[in-house]
Parts: sequence; structure tokens; C-alpha cells
Amino acid sequence: MSETPAIELRKINKSFGAVHANKDIDLVVKKGSIHGIIGENGAGKSTLMSILYGFYQADTGDILVNGNKVTISDSKAAIGMGIGMVHQHFMLVDNFTVLENVVLGAEDSALLAGGLNRARSELHRLETEYELRVDPEAITGELPVGLQQRVEILKALYRSAEVLILDEPTGVLTPAEADHLFKILEVLKNEGKTILLITHKLREIMAATDMVSVMRRGEMVATRETKNTSMEELAELMVGRSVLLRVDKKPAEPKAPVLEVENLTVTDSRGVEVVKDVSFKVHEGEIVGIAGVSGNGQSELLETLSGIRRATRGTLKINGETIDLANRAPDAADMRAKSMGHVPEDRHRMGLINSFAEYENSILGYHRDPAYSKGLLLDLPAIKKNAVDEIEKYDIRPPNPMLKTANFSGGNQQKVVLAREIERDPNILLVGQPTRGVDIGAIEFIHKRLIELRDAGKGILLVSVELDEIRGLSDRVLVMFDGKVVGERGADAEESDLGLLMAGIEDNKIAVEGDVQ
Amino acid sequence: MSGGQLPRWVDYGLIPFLNLAAAFLVSGLVVILIGENPIDAVKVLIWGSLGYTEGFGYTLFYATNFIFTGLAVAVAFHAGLFNIGGEGQAYLGGLGVAIACLALDHYVPWYVTLPFAILGSALMGAAWAFIPAWLQATRGSHVVITTIMFNFIAASLMVYLLNGFLKKPGSMQNETRTFEDGGRLPFLNDIFPSFGFGFAPVNLALFVALAACVLVWLLIWRTKLGFEIRSFGANATAAVYAGISPVRITVVTMLISGGLAGMMAINEIMGSQHRLLIDFVTGYGFVGIAVALMGRAHPVGILLASILFGMLYQGGAELSFEMPNLTRDMIIVIQGLVILFAGALEHMFRPAIAQFFMPARPKTAQEA
Repeated sequence: MSETPAIELRKINKSFGAVHANKDIDLVVKKGSIHGIIGENGAGKSTLMSILYGFYQADTGDILVNGNKVTISDSKAAIGMGIGMVHQHFMLVDNFTVLENVVLGAEDSALLAGGLNRARSELHRLETEYELRVDPEAITGELPVGLQQRVEILKALYRSAEVLILDEPTGVLTPAEADHLFKILEVLKNEGKTILLITHKLREIMAATDMVSVMRRGEMVATRETKNTSMEELAELMVGRSVLLRVDKKPAEPKAPVLEVENLTVTDSRGVEVVKDVSFKVHEGEIVGIAGVSGNGQSELLETLSGIRRATRGTLKINGETIDLANRAPDAADMRAKSMGHVPEDRHRMGLINSFAEYENSILGYHRDPAYSKGLLLDLPAIKKNAVDEIEKYDIRPPNPMLKTANFSGGNQQKVVLAREIERDPNILLVGQPTRGVDIGAIEFIHKRLIELRDAGKGILLVSVELDEIRGLSDRVLVMFDGKVVGERGADAEESDLGLLMAGIEDNKIAVEGDVQ
Repeated sequence: MSGGQLPRWVDYGLIPFLNLAAAFLVSGLVVILIGENPIDAVKVLIWGSLGYTEGFGYTLFYATNFIFTGLAVAVAFHAGLFNIGGEGQAYLGGLGVAIACLALDHYVPWYVTLPFAILGSALMGAAWAFIPAWLQATRGSHVVITTIMFNFIAASLMVYLLNGFLKKPGSMQNETRTFEDGGRLPFLNDIFPSFGFGFAPVNLALFVALAACVLVWLLIWRTKLGFEIRSFGANATAAVYAGISPVRITVVTMLISGGLAGMMAINEIMGSQHRLLIDFVTGYGFVGIAVALMGRAHPVGILLASILFGMLYQGGAELSFEMPNLTRDMIIVIQGLVILFAGALEHMFRPAIAQFFMPARPKTAQEA
């Protein structure tokens, strides 16, 4: 206990104008421990880590590394002090080999060969020491994300990092890959490395950490020993009130099918089949969840159904009308006209135009609706009135329709998209990752709205990589792996069962493909 | 630009002003190097362009050209397209104007010819933008490359047409016959003789340009089509999600852009030269890019930037007359500096100013 901590932060303050992002933050990270930092989006976790990694300078407060007071002016200084960071979005050059990526920025000399050779033997050493096996000659972009993340970790270790910061590391991983990551972290810890794990997933904190610190609205509200706390306590600390972790709902009363997909096959721009002969039905008054590790065809499925992407084969039956998805140009406007709403997986890239004002985003895709236009012109008063109504109904903050959506928090941005799609009263709603990057308070709200929509007799197709969300919301669960629907389960599916299906372990209980309705 | 919202007066006033000030500061140094007094030079430039009515008339005449080419670039810019073919589109627009004027000038007064001239210039300009637009939309051939290539094709085509078909019989000049009154827009000096515009060629096309400003503003910020254009320009993926066809928007936007560029010929051909002649565009199409950048792709900004560039053209001519050491080439250097600072280096002062005015926004306000 008397050992000097690896990292100590004392009274760190950081303001961005009126926003006090970090208030008097104290943090002690013991050497050789895995220390979790948990908090909602916007709680100040990333700011704090950015200060530690030299992206920002603290306004006041001290940083101590191994007991010595230091100034970390940039990331280079941080690396020099043995602090390494594994970013949420990998900082890798896709068409470089693993070895080249590891060496990038630490080449040592103008000629590459020497550095590469040194790196190769060093990688070999790290590999055996930490069980971090990656083929150094593999092209990074062709590796699965789990391995790419390993390359990021290797990069940090190659620069002799003693303290490793991982920012939301499991967002892109399968449960199995995440488990493997935690094993690696355990090994690193046993080898004396210190690990800071930033996440908003309670489960991971419980599974992987020794200590956990909770942040809320820029403050460090508590630090606990992980074994002496519970998910409920942490959730409450994060939000500042007790939260419902389970979704409260009645059993579904499905009626007639509203959406019937038959033999859908989708090929991507590289000519690879990404959705393979998928068939399923969604009925009125039910939520069908599509579980799966991201990248197994769910995105393409959603994009094809919503009229963004062209199918190679397959038909769609919607409101009794059969549409041949292969022999027509994709037309999202037409699908909207057929009463299909779509909350896309990536609101930044697709769901919103972040340089537009909130009111403009509130009609994106519905701007041709007679309710919002007069002849060639937009009916701005009607549009703004609608925006104000939605802001009130969905408690979107700040309640200012003139503000660019870039200036809204993730949860509020998502509410803008959700309000837009739900308030058009669609018969079918396609929903992708409804709560990705959304804080707990907003998650509760979003889930409630989806259940309400279901209870109003609408059909919902939900794609999510969050198993908890799938299990909490869905009345039926389809699991996608490698472009195929590999199994169907009821609302009460076991997590381990789904996990096996998601990993592509063949399902013997139910015949695959075709007849999984 | 999506970073944050600066106060409007900073965005549209202070930053352009600082850019301009920097351009003139450097220009001043150049003038000193040549051995002239920069203060005197500025005095001549301002007096020459604004100080007397005839000079101001010239300024407005040049500004009219810039408004058209500036609007053309701006409209395309809103869709994320960089139309640098204004030069060729304006050149072809001249053909449209000339056809209308040559066909009608004997029979009808100018106000009957004008709508046809507008239509002709817009159609020809749009047609010249269509092929690059189509290639971009369906084949991904970059519009920057194709439009600039089309400038050269336009130049050769027009020489061919003027030399082979359009020049008046027996003439050595590569130009059409001079239009009759039915193919000439009235000069402002003829409409408002008391203002004393003198020989300045400023003409009714100025009002066509102002109307175009209003219409472009309406188009971009008040119509469904404008919403689609801006959506596509700001986030093409989201536009497709919203059911907006990239092919359609790319083509339609480029047609509008080309049409606006083509309309520049109304001022030059129907308003001033009264004949179609070789190389009448002389760079207005290219300067339109700088005008659009400096005017932040907003019609009001474009109007102001157009007047500024009109001043530089007219005041510059006066300057080379009054200070023979400052040759035409020097004036072009100064214009180049304005373009450099207002266009290419538009973002140079922005980060510092943004920090000064809105330290409130952290770079990563929303953790993903």
C-alpha cells in the first residue's frame, strides 16, 4: 500500500469556456492494477484521459507519474513517460503491415531496415511475454478488429509503455474477443503494467477491473474496489439516481406480418456476398432483434431494406405489396413513402447532417412531405413548429431548434433522429444501434419509446451489437453470422446461447437458413 | 466548418475583413518595394473605383460579371461540387446570347430579346456544364478535372465557330456583326442621364444580376431543391439516406451553376460589346471562384465581394494610369494576393479567432 502510485492526479480542473469538463479530479492509480473509469457520455472521462495523454493541458492541478510531478505537453511527452494509449478509433494505416504500423513514428533512423529488424525481434519478445500473437507481416487492414486492437496494444508496448490507457476498447469486439482482450489485460497486469480502462459498460468493469472510479458531470464521484461494489451501485453513481437496467414491457401480441423478407442476398462493392439468402418476417406489434457481432451483414441488411443499397437477389413484402429488391434502383424516399422509418446505425455519418440546424435535421428525408412544403418552397414555420413539438415531446436539450446538431450530445442527437422517424408514425421502423454512444438516462427513454411504438401495433426491426439491448427489447431474436441468419430464439434467450450463435458455432437445435420465420 | 457557430458578424464580417487587410498589407509592401507610396496607391485605387460616378459605373460593370460567375461557383459549392469551368460556360453562354440577339434584333425591342438572351445564355452554359456533371454523377470523373478541360474545349470551339460560321462576311475579325438596338441592353447612363455614368458600360444586366442573387438565395435556403443540394453537399451519405439521388442532384446543381455562369455573357455581350467576340470572358470565370470563396457562398457576400473585385479591376486600371511604375501586372499581383488571402488562406486566421470568440467548445464535446 505504501508503494508510489503509477499515476496520481491531484485537483485537476479543465474548463472549456462555460463548460467545466473536469472539476477537482483526484485519482490514484496503483502500479500493476487494472483501474476502470466509468461514466456517462459527457461525464468528462475522455477529457481527463486527454489531459493525461497530453492532448489538453489542465487549467489547474498536478499530474504525478511514479511520484514525480510532471508536465505533459503533448502525446510525445506522454509516451516518453511510459504512458500509452489505445484509442477507441484505431490509429493504424490499413495498407501497412503490422510491423510497419508498430514502427510508424518510432523508426529511429531515416532508413527503415534497421528499425524494422529491431522491431521484429522486439515484437517476437512481446508476443511470447504477453501472449499477443499477431503475424508481423500481415496487412493490418485485412485483420479482424480484435487483432487490429492487439496491434494498437503492441504499438504502445513497443514504445515501452508502463501505463496503458484503453478508451472504450470493446465497442467493436465480439464477446469472445472482449473476453480475450481482458485475458491479455490480466497478463499485462501480472507483468507489472498498469491499465486504465475507460468504458461505459458496467459489465466490463465488473469483469476486468481491480478498482473503479465513477465520473459524473465532470466530477469524480466515487472510487470503489471492484469486488466491493455492484452494477446497481455503479449505475446509480453514474446517473445520480437509481436506474432501471431492465426494460419494462408486456409480452408482445404480434398480429399480421408487416414486413416479409425473402431470400435476400446482398453483394458489396468488392463483390463479396455480405448478406446471404436471408428470410424473415416482422409482425405488427413485435420487435424482432438482430443480434450479431458488427460486420456480419446487419448494416447491409438495414441499408438494403431501407432503400439505400441494392440487393443482388430477394424480395420484400411490405403492406401486402411485393418489391423486387434486385431489379430496381434503391430509393430511400420510396421506402419512406411506404411507411417505413429508419433510424440508421451511424447517426453522424448517415442519420444527421451535423452542420445543419436541428430543425433542418428534423425533416431530413421528409422534406418533400406536403406538411413541410408549399410548392417548391419549404414551409419553414411548419417545419420549425414541428421541431419545437418534437423537442418538447422527446425532451431534447438544449431546446433550441436553430442550433446545429453537432452541438448536441450523443443522446440528444439520437433523440432528434428518433423523434423524426417515430413521429411520422411509420408502420415499420428499422432501428440500428439505437443507443450507441448514448447515456443511460437517454437509453431508458429510447427503449420506452420503442416499446410504446410496438404496443401501438407497429413492427420494429432492431439491429444492435449490445446483447443486453437485444435481449431486453426483442420479442424474437435472429442471430446473424457471416451474412446468414444462423438461428432464432425467443425473448428469453440465454446470453451464452446467443453468444455461441454470434460466434458462428453451428446451431443444431433449429434448422438454419430459409425457414427461421 | 461544422466545428462551431461563431457569431455571424465575425464569420461574415470580421474574418473577411482581416483577410482583406492582410492582403492589402502585403500588397502595400510590394508597392513599397517598387518605390511607390502605398497610401497614395490606395487613394488612387479607391478614388478611381468609387470617387467619381463614371469610375463607379465601371466598378459596377465589372461587379456584374463577378456576381454571375461567383453565384455559379457558390451554387455548385453548396452541393460539394467545385465548378471551375465558369470560364468555358460563360464563353458558351455568349453564344446563346448572340444567337438570340442576332435572330431577333431586327424585329423586336431589347426587352423582348432579353428573356430569350437570358434563356439562351443559361441553356448554353448549362449544356456546357452537363457533360462534366453527367460524367461525375455516373462515372466518378472528377468535376474539377473535367470542367477545367472543358474550358479549353470551349475556347477552341468558339474560335472555330466564330472563324468559320459566325463572323461577318468579308471581315478579318473573329467576331459577329454588331447587334442592332433590339439586341442591346440600355446603358444606365441612358436610363439615368443625370447620374453621369458617362462612358461606363454598366447596363441593365446589373439588375438581372441582382435578381439572380435573390433567386439563388431563395433556391438555396428556401426551396426543397436547395435543401437537397445543401444536404448532399454537407453529407452525401445522409443525403442518400434521406432519399436524395446523388446523380440527380449533381446534374441539376451543375446545370444551374453552368446556367448562372453563362448568364455573365448578357452583361458582356448584350450589355456592352454588342457583338460576340473572341476571348470576351478574360478570367471572370476564374475570379468567380475567389468571389464565391470570399463571399462565403452566400449571395450577399458574393455581392460585396463582386463589388470589391470590381473596385480592384477599375481602381487597378486607374492605378496603372496614374502610377506607371505599377503596371497592369502589378495590379494582377494585388488581385492575386486578395484571392490568396480571401480564398486559399480563408482559414488562416479562423482558428485564432474561433479561440478568441468561443473558447466554450471543447474539440471533443461529444465522446463517441
